[in-house]
Order: sequence, then C-alpha cells, then structure tokens
Amino acid sequence: MQQVQSTMAGTVLQVLVQPGDQVEAGQDVVILESMKMEVPVQSESSGTVKEVKVEAGAFVGEGDVLLELDE
Amino acid sequence: MQFQKVLIANRGEIARRIARTLKERGIGVVAVYSEADRDLPFVREADEAVCIGPPPVAQSYLNGKAIIRAAKETGAEAVHPGYGLLSENAGFAREVMDAGLCFIGPDPEVIARMGDKVTARKVMEEAGVPVVPGTPGGVHTWEEAAREADRIGYPVMLKASAGGGGIGMHVIRSREELEKLFPSAQGRAKAYFGDGTLFLEKFVESPRHVEVQILADAQGNTVHLFERECSIQRRNQKVVEECLSPSIEPATRQKLTDAAIRAAKAVGYTGAGTVEFLVDAKERIYFLEMNTRLQVEHPVTEAVTGLDLVGLQLDVAEGKPLPFSQADVTPKGHAIEYRIYAEDPERFLPSPGKVTRFQMLQGEGIRVDAGVESGNTVSPYYDPMVAKCIVSGCNRGEVLERSRQVLAAFQVEGIKTNLPLLQKIVHDVRFVQGKYDTGFLNNKPIQQR
Repeated sequence: MQQVQSTMAGTVLQVLVQPGDQVEAGQDVVILESMKMEVPVQSESSGTVKEVKVEAGAFVGEGDVLLELDE
Repeated sequence: MQFQKVLIANRGEIARRIARTLKERGIGVVAVYSEADRDLPFVREADEAVCIGPPPVAQSYLNGKAIIRAAKETGAEAVHPGYGLLSENAGFAREVMDAGLCFIGPDPEVIARMGDKVTARKVMEEAGVPVVPGTPGGVHTWEEAAREADRIGYPVMLKASAGGGGIGMHVIRSREELEKLFPSAQGRAKAYFGDGTLFLEKFVESPRHVEVQILADAQGNTVHLFERECSIQRRNQKVVEECLSPSIEPATRQKLTDAAIRAAKAVGYTGAGTVEFLVDAKERIYFLEMNTRLQVEHPVTEAVTGLDLVGLQLDVAEGKPLPFSQADVTPKGHAIEYRIYAEDPERFLPSPGKVTRFQMLQGEGIRVDAGVESGNTVSPYYDPMVAKCIVSGCNRGEVLERSRQVLAAFQVEGIKTNLPLLQKIVHDVRFVQGKYDTGFLNNKPIQQR
C-alpha cells in the first residue's frame, strides 16, 4: 500500500480524486493552500485510491497522510 | 490638523512599524485583528485593539465595513492601511473618507488610475515616462507582426491577448523565427483562450527591478528619495532589497528619479509612493507600475536618508508641507533588507507553525522589524513574511560583512525559514559584486565565493 503525504502545513483546498479512482504517478491528487499559495500535491506512484483521509477545509501538517493507494 | 488617534488597518510587522512612529508622536494607536492574530505583539502593544472577524482575510482584514466601524467606535480620526490588504483599494479609501475619516494615502482617484494597468501605462506615456514598447492593439497576420517587430526591435515577446500567467507567451529573436512561430501561436491562442488575437511587446532581457521612492505634499512639492534595487525575487516576490542600487550608472539614476517625479506629478500624487521600473542590460529604463502606498522595503530608504517615511506620511495627511526640499536629501552609506519568510528554503513552500525560538543580534546598523516573537504561532492564513532584517553601514562592503554575521546568528526555530538561503546569498559572488538581475534565484545555482 502506498500513501500520499502532505508536502506542507496548510488547509486542504480541494481533493481531486475519490476512492476507486485510478491515479498515475505524478498526477495532482490534492490541492493545499497556505499563506496565500495554492500548492498541488502529486501522487508519487500509480494505483487505485483506497481511502481519502482528508476533506476540503481540513488543516493538515507536513507529512500527514492525505490518501492511501492500492497498487 | 493634528491626529490624536489613528487606526492601523493591517497586521504583523507593518502594524508594529506604524505604531512605533504613532507612539513617538504621542498619537493613540488602534489595532484591528482577526481571531488568528489575537496573541501577536502588534495587538498587545496597541493602545486599543478591536477584533474584526475570523481568520480568513475576506472576513477580517479585507472587511472594510468592520474596520471603519472599529475606527468610529474608538474615535480614531485617520486610517493607515499599511501595504497589501486594503492599501490599494480605491473603494475602501473612498469609504473611509465618506465616513468622515482621513485615509493616509493618495486620493482614491489616483489609486484607481494607477491600479489599472492600461490606464497607468497611458498616463505614463503621456507624461513622457518610458514604458515597455509594444503594439497598440492586436496583430492579425504574420506580415503585420513582422512590421511591428521591426519597429519595436528584436527580441520581442509574442503574447496572446486573452492569455495570462505566462501562458501563450513566446520569446522571438528574429524575423525567421516570427514567420515560423506566428501561425502555431495563433492556433494555440484560439484553442486555449477561444481568441486568436496576438500582440507584441519588447522582450526585456535579464532585467533589473529598480524602484524610486517618491514623496509629495498637498502644496505641490514632490521629491524623490533615490532608488532601491529589488532584483532578488522568487515567484515575483522580493527577497532582498538594497539602497542604493549597486549596479546602475549615475546617469541611469538621474533618468529613473526624473521619470518617477514626472510620473508622480502627472497623476497628482500625494503622500509616499513608489514607481517601479525595469532596467535592461543596456541601462534602458521601462515603467512597470506605481505602488500607491508604503512599501515593504521602505526601511532601506530610511536607513540611507535618515528619514521616517511613516512620519512623513502622517505630515502629508495632516496637511503639512514636506519639511525639506530635494537638495536636502543626501544618501549616506548603504543598507540591505533581507525578508525572512516562513518557508522551505529550497522549495519555497510555506511552513506555518509555532515559533519556539526567535533571537537575533542587536547593535549598530541592525534593525529587525518582526511580526512575531518566541512562542507565537505563524498561522497559514496570511503572507509568509515573518520579519525583515535591515543591515546598514558606511558602505556596501561593511554592510555585507555585517550581514554575514547578523544572518549567521539569526535564530528562528519551530518553523522552517529561508534563512539558509539568505546566508548563501550574502556569500554569492554575483551578489557580492552587485552584478545580478531578476534571474538570480531562478537561473543558476548559488555560487559560493
């Protein structure tokens, strides 16, 4: 199982995928917002989204798990 | 008129900076703050503080009605907008005035005219201030584009009229390249933006970003306070600024300051303002924009001129004439400002969090304007700049030497900051020689001495 982690502390602006979606390595999966900057988070590996751990509006720290993937 | 109480419609370091001058003059300080900023020094240090709403700026620092209400309730006579937020919002300035308060800044009409890029460019052209040459309207065939490009001079930038944010732009260096690229650029503009109209602009190669501080009173006196070099930027945001510029020729300085005065007079400017220019490798200058407010980097000008810009803003707003003339302004020594951002120094990504330690050297030639202190939390809602470190001295060499010590000893713990980047910059060969342009942080890796 692979995880996608937050690259910075901030607010989840948008979750771009749902459980069951197929994602490719390098694909934007979540958009975070912090200090007036929108930062997309990419999945490092390809796979199927197993679980989305966060929702729009939630606050996340750097390194928090955003979603889990099944390869 | 003499102000008794002024409301500061801003937060963080600039709110503290403005409060400092107000207190020196015995003027009451009213702070406004969001729920996220409750524990910050600028709130505690104010004589009165009014909570204006929840953390998001739209509900607090951009809520003009709540701010004006706070001013009325506390009996403040004037509003200082600082920089960013509502400082260049003509509608807010007008509402402040309509509420019977004084807006510390130029006339709302001037803010509106300079805020509109097309109008600003037109006003400057009419005043004889050089702007980036370009086609007045769209070009529709490659032959027409080639005629215009010959007139402007290569290299030119081919842009989609409906584009933005760098999308649909091509640098063209020759007629052959233009002939080859024009049809595909037109096709792409149509496909991406639904409009195939293209226009041409002179491509300013490796520009430096140099700006001139101006001051004008209501009696018609306009002076400049020389220039600031602001070419070290990331994501188009300044990181390091110095006064004076280490690289421009004296003749260019004259051209810049003349143009800035003409620009200020052309719009009927009052108060403190900044005219930004691009300077190319051949020292040609082009108007970029005018900032109708106090600038973040104003302390380097203060260090070199010995003036208090916030104090002068108050004087002008109170209707007093400037207490000096152009001949009295003599730059002395050198100053460099380093912006300390709560961000990862390599990826430039924001790093909010709790500041567990915030400590720096103090002494001659060191000024730190900080929005936070040890124990404060840097929230994710606002700009990542947490402090400015301004180092001054007799000459640039002394300032660089002092900067290395000050930055090496600057300690911020708990959050990531760009201090490691700043520490590298002060050792970079190009920076030390004063030979750098806006590509400094993008193009090449930092060069160690």
